[in-house]
Amino acid sequence: MRIELETVSERRFRSPLRGSAAPAVLLALLLILLVAATVYVFAAHLFPPPPPITSAALLVDHQYNLTLCAAGAAFVLAQLGLACAVFLFRDRGQRARFTRGSTWMEIAWTSVTLCVFLGLGIAGNRVWAAIEIAPSAGDTIQVEVTESQFVYTFRYPGPDGKFGRLEAGLVSPATGNPLGLDPNDPNGKDDIVTPSLTVPVNRPIELLIRSQDVVHNFYVRELRLQQDAVPGMVIPMRFTPDRIGQYEIVCTQLCGLGHYHMHSLLEVVSDSDYNAFLKREAAAQ
Amino acid sequence: MNATAHAPGAALASRSVVRRVFSTDHKVIGLQYFFLALAAVTFGIVLSLLMRFHLVWPAAHLPFISGGVMTPEQYLALVTMHGTFMVFFVLTTAPQGAFGNFFLPIQIGAADMAFPRLNMLSFWLTFASFLCMISAFFVPGGAPISGWTAYPPLSGVGDVSGPGEGIGQTLWLVSILIFCFASLLGSINFISTTIEMRAPGMTLLRMPLTVWAWFVTSILSLLAFSVLLAAGILLVLDRSAGTSFFLPAGLVFSGELESRNGGSPLLWQHLFWFFGHPEVYIAILPGMGVASHILSNFSRKPVFGYRTMAFAMCAIGFLGLLIWGHHMFVSGMNPYSGLTFSMLTLAIAVPSAVKTFNWLGTLWGGKIQFHSPMLFALGFVSFFITGGLSGIFLAQPAIDTTLHATYYVVAHFHLVMGVAAIFGIFAATYYWFPKMFGRCMNERLSKLHFWFTFAGAYCIFMPMHFIGIAGGIRRYADWTGPAYLAGLQPLHRFITIAAFITAAAQLLFFYNFFRSLKAGASAALNPWSATTLEWTVSSPPPHDNFAGRFPSVYRGPYEYSVPGAAQDFLPQNLPDEQAGVGAVSQESPHA
Repeated sequence: MRIELETVSERRFRSPLRGSAAPAVLLALLLILLVAATVYVFAAHLFPPPPPITSAALLVDHQYNLTLCAAGAAFVLAQLGLACAVFLFRDRGQRARFTRGSTWMEIAWTSVTLCVFLGLGIAGNRVWAAIEIAPSAGDTIQVEVTESQFVYTFRYPGPDGKFGRLEAGLVSPATGNPLGLDPNDPNGKDDIVTPSLTVPVNRPIELLIRSQDVVHNFYVRELRLQQDAVPGMVIPMRFTPDRIGQYEIVCTQLCGLGHYHMHSLLEVVSDSDYNAFLKREAAAQ
Repeated sequence: MNATAHAPGAALASRSVVRRVFSTDHKVIGLQYFFLALAAVTFGIVLSLLMRFHLVWPAAHLPFISGGVMTPEQYLALVTMHGTFMVFFVLTTAPQGAFGNFFLPIQIGAADMAFPRLNMLSFWLTFASFLCMISAFFVPGGAPISGWTAYPPLSGVGDVSGPGEGIGQTLWLVSILIFCFASLLGSINFISTTIEMRAPGMTLLRMPLTVWAWFVTSILSLLAFSVLLAAGILLVLDRSAGTSFFLPAGLVFSGELESRNGGSPLLWQHLFWFFGHPEVYIAILPGMGVASHILSNFSRKPVFGYRTMAFAMCAIGFLGLLIWGHHMFVSGMNPYSGLTFSMLTLAIAVPSAVKTFNWLGTLWGGKIQFHSPMLFALGFVSFFITGGLSGIFLAQPAIDTTLHATYYVVAHFHLVMGVAAIFGIFAATYYWFPKMFGRCMNERLSKLHFWFTFAGAYCIFMPMHFIGIAGGIRRYADWTGPAYLAGLQPLHRFITIAAFITAAAQLLFFYNFFRSLKAGASAALNPWSATTLEWTVSSPPPHDNFAGRFPSVYRGPYEYSVPGAAQDFLPQNLPDEQAGVGAVSQESPHA
């Protein structure tokens, strides 16, 4: 069998491009620009999230910053490494250095990345466990969150501390019963239903999140927390806000044509304002 | 009289057209997949431009939009269809269906795929699925609004949940079912071909990394699409037969109670993402193969750590099947499973990082030639690094709980599975165009296309990270809801302008591509001085690929700059005595 290694026309095809430094320099410069711009925007905090309002959210921010350091260093080194490689080893007529690899280097970078990534994972999981798996504190204020296309409805159990029974067949927003409260259940007589969420500062809150129709979500940036609302499930979400203020609640799960307008308000107030709120709302029911 | 006289000729002509259109030749089928993907990507880009325009100028009149000004449901229909076209009909069909079909048999020295007729059936089913998907735009209510993930109950109860959720969603599902079936047939074919049809001497560890990538991708396709097929059938039953696989009791739409009972919306999410996450690797693995192949070719060096690269792809494929739950950290699934999915997800970052190190190792010490395929392969590496690293954040549920469903996620998956994969497709197109069509593309236009697309894609997707960190939510039709979103408008404006410029730069590609088809300089047998078998046959290759002279393989796929050899590349089918480097050519990746 005879195989032509290289024809004259092929050699001519390649020769004009050989040794051209322009693409190497341009690509290296673009990569350096990418790294510089990215580092600048992150380091200068040009588009920061709002400050957190729980200690758990501080843990999230800490874990985020830890990951940012690790991933940021990898980003800078890898992109600059790429820029160096294309610039240093552009075709200048040299002969390529023949190598098939290095077992030692493979072992080294596999173990280093394994340690870094799994280390981050373990640290991250500790934060996750602190937020999601920690046992609920004793003195918890429960508020039920019901989501439906495209509104949030909040329910407080009232002075008896018990939520009244809900019956899906009784749901009727038009007649003032958006949750389907069973009028025959005495526990429901003192329930308070509101369109926004008001909670006292520095008290552990447990939301019981549910949905009447499609999958929705409950997200507050300042809590660094979000939770889907899934029909058929009641999902708890716990937090202890430590800062008085008003924060937006938004839906992040595609729930239909009004998705982009589905939002409500979280108001964190002082204890006395909270009691006044409960009294006012109970009178208005 | 005339009619009868012309009949035999006309019949013959039409029979030859039929034979060419319904061809069983893997190269023709590969091209058919390629042009299907080209049509789909054009649709996908137009839809994304309409969305980007609407996000910044919501009151403006738009073409292709009924009523002129886009409504929220029309916006969501675009979201759904953009994702669907891109994920299924571009990122699944082009890297695997098009290039895999065309080059896998040639690269392993086979005359065709193992099951040529099955191959043809896969393509035509995919084509039918594409037509079915497009038809969803033209039915009452329009295209579905539930996103490409189609979470029930939104997608499961009919049009009570929103416009587009009636017949549009049904057509979407039927299209996806056909697509799944076609992909299953295709993957069986790829697996059989790779296992059974390799030329003498083409051992597994002499296969080009492209072949390894297509092989692992096919196994993932087989496992992932079969699950989506099953899930899709259950959802069709929920919609049309009144079953309740994904629908729990107590659903109320507009005050009306649905008579369903016992289903679980989370079940769909598990089944969908059991497909959906491997799908990411179905899209990106072929790009990894192509990038390795091209980086070695144009660095004039063997792939650094060939064996590690092949093993890393297998590891990515295996782990890729185990980490679907990281899409569901905030779904209400048991928080303990978040711990597991998180660690497995971070584990998959290890083989991904190892691949990146090996790519840099391949470049290091090379003699890098900046032809357009090489530029796109280098772009692939850069985007893969950027998009991969943002995944380290999202892999941790404690961080995902604040970034989930924000534009940060949009940036992450577009960079790693969209832009990187498309750079892999572009690299493959520029690299193999001479072989596929026997002509060369214009190098100057190709390079110009690269610079605009490389800079443009970063300008589009980097700022999305910052929008996400600030709390900007994806799939919102405009920014008039939550008050803080209005403050992110300047970033959105920048992104939209970058998107239009980058999209315009794609016209360079289309012009170059179609003009070169007609008028490109004729291509040599082996224009890139490459080593693999596709470069030993004519451009384009003959019907049986090797004109009856089937090759034997004597060495690994990336024998560049072998010391002592007369040439800086040794084709895989070159016998040792002709290579002049008998001692070096012994197969030993770490010699």
